[in-house]
Amino acid sequence: MRPLEDYLVIDFSQFLSGPSASLRLADMGARVIKIERLGIGDICRTLYTSNLIMNGESSVFHAINRNKESFEVDLKNEEDRDMVRELLKKADVMIHNFRPGVMERLGFDYPSVSALNPTIIYGEVSGYGTDTEWKNKPGQDLLLQSVTGLTFLTGNADSGPVAMGLSIVDMLAGAHLVQGLLACLYRKAIRNEGGFVQVSMMESAYDFQFETITTFMNDGGALPERSKRNNANAYLGAPYGIYQTENGYLALAMGSIPQLGLLLGCEKLEDYVELKEAFDKRDEIKAALAEHLLTETTEKWLSILEPADIWCADVLNWNALMTHDGFKVLNMIQEVNMEDGYKYETTRCPIRIDGELLISSKGSPKLGQDNERIIKEFITQKTIANA
Amino acid sequence: MNRPLEGLLVLEFCQFLAGPSAGLKLADLGARVIKIERPKTGDACRQLSIKNLFVDDDSLLFHTINRNKESYAADLKNPDDLEKLRKLISKADVMTHNFRPGVMEKIGLDYDHVQAINPKIIYGVVTGYGNEGPWKNKPGQDLLVQAVSGLTFLSGVDTDGPVPFGLSVSDIMCGNHLAQGILAGLIKRAKTNKSVLVEVSLLESILDVQFEVITTYLNDGGKLPDRSGAKGSAHAYLSAPYGMYETKDGYIAMAMGNLPNICTIIKCDISDLYVEAGSAFENRDKLIVRLAETFKKEETKNWVNLLESHGIWCAEVLNYQTATALNTYKSLQIEQQLDLGEDLKIKTTVSPIRFDNEKLFASKAAPKLGFNTSDINKEFELEEHT
Repeated sequence: MRPLEDYLVIDFSQFLSGPSASLRLADMGARVIKIERLGIGDICRTLYTSNLIMNGESSVFHAINRNKESFEVDLKNEEDRDMVRELLKKADVMIHNFRPGVMERLGFDYPSVSALNPTIIYGEVSGYGTDTEWKNKPGQDLLLQSVTGLTFLTGNADSGPVAMGLSIVDMLAGAHLVQGLLACLYRKAIRNEGGFVQVSMMESAYDFQFETITTFMNDGGALPERSKRNNANAYLGAPYGIYQTENGYLALAMGSIPQLGLLLGCEKLEDYVELKEAFDKRDEIKAALAEHLLTETTEKWLSILEPADIWCADVLNWNALMTHDGFKVLNMIQEVNMEDGYKYETTRCPIRIDGELLISSKGSPKLGQDNERIIKEFITQKTIANA
Repeated sequence: MNRPLEGLLVLEFCQFLAGPSAGLKLADLGARVIKIERPKTGDACRQLSIKNLFVDDDSLLFHTINRNKESYAADLKNPDDLEKLRKLISKADVMTHNFRPGVMEKIGLDYDHVQAINPKIIYGVVTGYGNEGPWKNKPGQDLLVQAVSGLTFLSGVDTDGPVPFGLSVSDIMCGNHLAQGILAGLIKRAKTNKSVLVEVSLLESILDVQFEVITTYLNDGGKLPDRSGAKGSAHAYLSAPYGMYETKDGYIAMAMGNLPNICTIIKCDISDLYVEAGSAFENRDKLIVRLAETFKKEETKNWVNLLESHGIWCAEVLNYQTATALNTYKSLQIEQQLDLGEDLKIKTTVSPIRFDNEKLFASKAAPKLGFNTSDINKEFELEEHT
């Protein structure tokens, strides 16, 4: 039995943050119905990544929206809104990421929805909160990375701002939304209470940086300083970083500098005997290390460092990763099927419950593919007659 | 406001970041979290500092991750301490650990044994690479997990070589996933009244973070990500103008947008590079360089005002000093103050989740090692022999 079996989630959200949250709930066993705009649907359907279109829609949409149903409606139409209200009466969770004010106008704000269904858990994602100077600005991932200082943590000192090359803030906000919704679902299971959960991308971006921003807050406002080269964390000393070798790269996490010098046969490093030099002189240590590591292969270095319990690893791309037994044993890839027979491969939920992988063969829905079934199942004759 | 997890007891045998960050999330959601720590040394993070910042005897880093918790000192190799822990576990709702595979089996606190003590426990385990396979005994360290996961080929420019994310992203996402799994376990237990095992690993979590781009890779003939060679590009899979551009006095970030329209607004001639919609992908690098030449000519504020007036998605790139001075940063109440007594105060972040329009403030500072041991012994009657 999946933890969320028998729960119904109505998801009005689009793009990544909200839909990534409902994907997690779906994999945990909930039934997720996407409420999609008539004729267009989730804009992510046409948000193409590297021009890759799979079965008429973007690869990204297929990754985010598998294991869900699609109910295509016109929220400006009263009949359609009535049908959505019927669904909400039976739902356990609803999610949206409209800009502030939109749900109030449509009559699907929290007070209206909790009047329909007092025990519903109502989740809302925004870019910058609902009551701030920036509340109407677009909650777009790169812009959130840019205005929260995140872009000065990755890359080297002279790289300028460097973004993390994924929509990381969206995913964090989605992860936090899931936590809030699940906490309220637990409370609902025990005490039969509803709840109102809000997350914003800005708060999620700072939660992600809680270690570094706390350091900033308590260190007289000193800015992070990335190392000149081989930076992997602005706040850590040498050797922390990734280095080129004769035939590839080597990631080095920790280790005393003189010990590394001895093991690697790099005499220069043996002089840095003071512990604090690893941080204070990290640029020159990293330069010496980088020069020396170029002289042998990654395999050679690993064969010296691993037996000495130095924390290090090869640097792999996806081709190398996916042929490695360390990856294969995880069974991280699953194949899913769309209703029209189209199949595709994607990753699975990263959480195991009671030893079970939370896989599901259900692919993403075509726009409106479930309308008829949903109407038959949820919408009473009275609603249709009234409409 | 009542917090959803009020009344729940969590025992945290974890150290460092992934597990303890999950414990912090549960604490802010209302659970009572007790760290079970080795006498004398405790969570190794107590001594792991960044920039050599300490508050009292413990690193600021430890304080950041372990606020709103209690500490109980116990030696897992001492039979008396183990007996007390078994009693405590019998009264707990959740326990978490991040020992390497096999350690808890030796101590006798693995899932099977703990289920016998407490048939309703939610048992959460964090590993680096799972319990099986050739990597199971490798250290679960963030940078190394990033390195083997393919993540390092997504940021920066192609001539940089691998570029890791400059934060412990595998740890933090894994902590988020552990918190999710434990919450799902609690919901399951509410229905079945039985214990639940929750397992996460750093590697699976960092692969989940890449789910969109790995799905693209898997269905695109195994084509590896192709980062731009142009400085400031921000995503290997997105076309121009997506990226950050140097201006006369700083940097501007440009989200995805209609390129010809944007170029008309900023008066940048791309007619030779942009001939059809596909050009934004095909000529990405040249377009980024061309746009950079234009953005260099004006100050960031002027560009942002101009572009925003046309509804274009963009923002000034800020550092911590300028970012934390924003009105929006202040109105979101991102900071809270922790009171350590004796006039010692530190500032840190608040939970990013709101319930019923309220932030989950929690001003309780991280505990000193073993601070709550004797109170917990008394409260749970751990020292009385039965």
